[in-house]
Amino acid sequence: MSVEAGLIRALTGIVGRAGVVATLEGRLTYECDMHTFYKGIPDVVVLPESAEQAAAVVRLCRGAHVPIVPRGSGTGLIGGAMAPQGGVMVSMTRMNRILEVDIANRCATVEPGLINLWLSNATRERGYFFAPDPSSQMVSSIGGNVSTNAGGPHCLKYGITVNHILGLQMVTGAGEVVWVGGKAQDRPGYDLTGVMVGAEGTFGLVTAVMVRLLHLPEDVKTLLASFSTIEDASETVSAIIADGIVPAALEMLDEVMIRAIEEGIHAGYPKGASAVLLIELDGPRAEIEAQAVRIEKICRDHLALELRVAQNDAERALLWKGRKEAAGVIGRITPSWLLQDAVVPRSKLPQVMREMLAISARHRLVFANVFHAGDGNLHPIICYDDRVPGELDRAKQANEELLHACLQLGGSVTGEHGVGLDKAKNLPYQFADADLNFMARLRRVFDPDGIMNPGKLLPDHPACGEGFRPVAPTLPGGTWV
Amino acid sequence: MEGLRACVHCGICLPQCPTYRVLGEEMDSPRGRIYLMRAAADGRIALTPTLARHLDLCLGCRGCETACPSGVPFGSLLEATRGQIERRGIRSPESDQGTLSLLLALFPYPDRMAALLPALRLYQGSGLQALVRGLGLLAPFRRLRTMEALLPRVPGVGSARLEELTPARGGKPRGRAGLLVGCVQRFFYPDVNAQTARLLAAAGYEVVAPREQGCCGALHLHSGRLDDFRAMAKQLVASFRGDVDVIVANAAGCGSALKEYGHWLQDPEAEAFSQKVKDISEVLVDADLPLGELPVTVTYQDACHLAHGQKVRAEPRALLRRIPGLKLVELAESDLCCGSAGVYNLVEPGMAAELGRRTAERIRETGASIVAAGNPGCIMQMDRACRALGLNVEIVHPVSLLARALREAP
Repeated sequence: MSVEAGLIRALTGIVGRAGVVATLEGRLTYECDMHTFYKGIPDVVVLPESAEQAAAVVRLCRGAHVPIVPRGSGTGLIGGAMAPQGGVMVSMTRMNRILEVDIANRCATVEPGLINLWLSNATRERGYFFAPDPSSQMVSSIGGNVSTNAGGPHCLKYGITVNHILGLQMVTGAGEVVWVGGKAQDRPGYDLTGVMVGAEGTFGLVTAVMVRLLHLPEDVKTLLASFSTIEDASETVSAIIADGIVPAALEMLDEVMIRAIEEGIHAGYPKGASAVLLIELDGPRAEIEAQAVRIEKICRDHLALELRVAQNDAERALLWKGRKEAAGVIGRITPSWLLQDAVVPRSKLPQVMREMLAISARHRLVFANVFHAGDGNLHPIICYDDRVPGELDRAKQANEELLHACLQLGGSVTGEHGVGLDKAKNLPYQFADADLNFMARLRRVFDPDGIMNPGKLLPDHPACGEGFRPVAPTLPGGTWV
Repeated sequence: MEGLRACVHCGICLPQCPTYRVLGEEMDSPRGRIYLMRAAADGRIALTPTLARHLDLCLGCRGCETACPSGVPFGSLLEATRGQIERRGIRSPESDQGTLSLLLALFPYPDRMAALLPALRLYQGSGLQALVRGLGLLAPFRRLRTMEALLPRVPGVGSARLEELTPARGGKPRGRAGLLVGCVQRFFYPDVNAQTARLLAAAGYEVVAPREQGCCGALHLHSGRLDDFRAMAKQLVASFRGDVDVIVANAAGCGSALKEYGHWLQDPEAEAFSQKVKDISEVLVDADLPLGELPVTVTYQDACHLAHGQKVRAEPRALLRRIPGLKLVELAESDLCCGSAGVYNLVEPGMAAELGRRTAERIRETGASIVAAGNPGCIMQMDRACRALGLNVEIVHPVSLLARALREAP
């Protein structure tokens, strides 16, 4: 459905001329997020500055039966912040204020466009931080983190985004403005906050978020262990977890990834090792010292080549910069890539890594690995060159085979990136028809007319006839779904 | 084109982009601008006035290059695309091309600048400036008002003469240094050039400032006027043909352009020239300088073409810290552009003023009484922005602080 001039005038009336992007050139830059594979140009982009404006936009669109696509910083990896059916994209970047920091109650209320890291930057001096740390945290928005229920390296110990959201304000697809959750614990009734986190904009627009703040740990210790095989590194991960230790973070990087990181960021990872584990411990000093001793022993028992401890904050920061910008450096090693986000139970990590090596060899494709090993959450970057005939097909095939390998081991199609357009088709692998239909009906409670981010999160055609069916997405030619 | 393909659309550049910080719009971010350049290169869209507008609004600060993990060479992509837009005569009605052309016809020409100075001197000396500013007489004229507000104190006739040759005065002999005197620097801040020569001499360099040197062409390069730029660059290379061991720039914008001559001219002489270029802070950082006490609190703003263009961040700070008694306090987000960006603050006064205001707010938070920055444009811009905020701080080149502290042998 295309947006008419009258609607653009009405939107301008709500957000002002400076809040509307209607030119082709402007709209084009909004046609994809970090998953550039999926493209869909919005008919118009609006940038509200308040919840009131956002609510007015939703009501207007509902009346005109025009789809709405919310967008934060556009760093998503699942084709979530793009407009397959056109319509109105609502960019939250101008709603980026910290509304309240309440140290006594260890929480803060922020607008959805606030960049994740900026919150911790603003509270660090007072000794507090916001724990969910997706690798994109230097740019991704808290609203986007909430919508995808983002994870991150330190979520191994601290839990994922939903564990840190106390409440939120949402403009539902029906145009109602509701606050759910709040500072008080044990609220009566349904846990609506839990339902809304991870909804990927299919329920409505998140317009404010109340988050938990945690006290900074007394001490931090960051270890780097290198291995001559990926299998040794994988076995080490399983052994650390089996030993009852929950590190703050437990990340694995393979040789291909390290080479790219060192070329781009010079973070100090050992070149030449087949795999490296980045292990961070935090908490009371005595506790982490004891854990470090146990971890060092486990690493040596599993034939670690080298063990290193970051000597100061600058060294630690540089290692993390390398890890967190890993997705950004892949432009140095490959012209095109697919990024997988599948999960296996962490005890199955060695098994799935063996399978991955076999798949990579079978399809003659380079895989770059950088992932949350402690969570069993894989992020192989499947490298291919779109200019070489057949490579894309091989990459897609490899991607599919890996996904099925993970599911067979009792895993999940997505760990932390969300579903979006990319993985909606995969949900039936994991959920029964009844589950999917239940989710579709839930969606309709919040968004009765199906205008919110259509085509995302749920597959288009739930098997059962009673399921909610959004209009079939119209994708541009060549798009792979 | 390969440079454009290297962008993986991760968005890490967004928070480092001044225009994105102000507008929050994708097409006014580095990622969006790269997307538009690539769409044009792929033939998906035409080079339109609207596209040109989004590139015009870019300061060319290259903060995105520092942020980019994939190494996208944004600055040269921007300049190449601006070059194409310029060649095809595509103009955005919202962009102030008139002022741009006027400035590009003025700054790089020493004789034209020299002719203008007496008039400016008279304007300031006669009390007319005080009257104009006091009564807000230029209020209705946006362009003129912007230029007037940026005007620094024009130096007097006999001030700070720079000899063509300054002999080494101390330390162990270091060789010959060629000094680039710049355009804005030589007319508005001649003291900085004289101080640079003094410091180099004290550090053991014989300093030569060739009289025939013209403009380095940086302003033309950044505006995409590549033919003019190349002509100026060739001339400048020729004027430094004498035997020098190092070519010293004390204006970040110029230094950054000089270091890129090899890339843009593609000839061995230009490449050899570029290899010799150093910012003054890079030259002095390991030199022996007898420095006396200077008890002041200073903060430091990274000039974009030093921090991002030349990756020089540590040296100016290390130099300032060497001055006994000087307390250096860090400025929050010191590598975010202040809005100067060559002639940007004259052709895009709205965005520039907002960025200046934000920089001045951060300066206020430091409590420093002096701000150091290694580029004349930044000094003018921050001076105006701080004045507008009623903030009483002195904005200087780091060289000026070193010169104040320098204790020369009698």
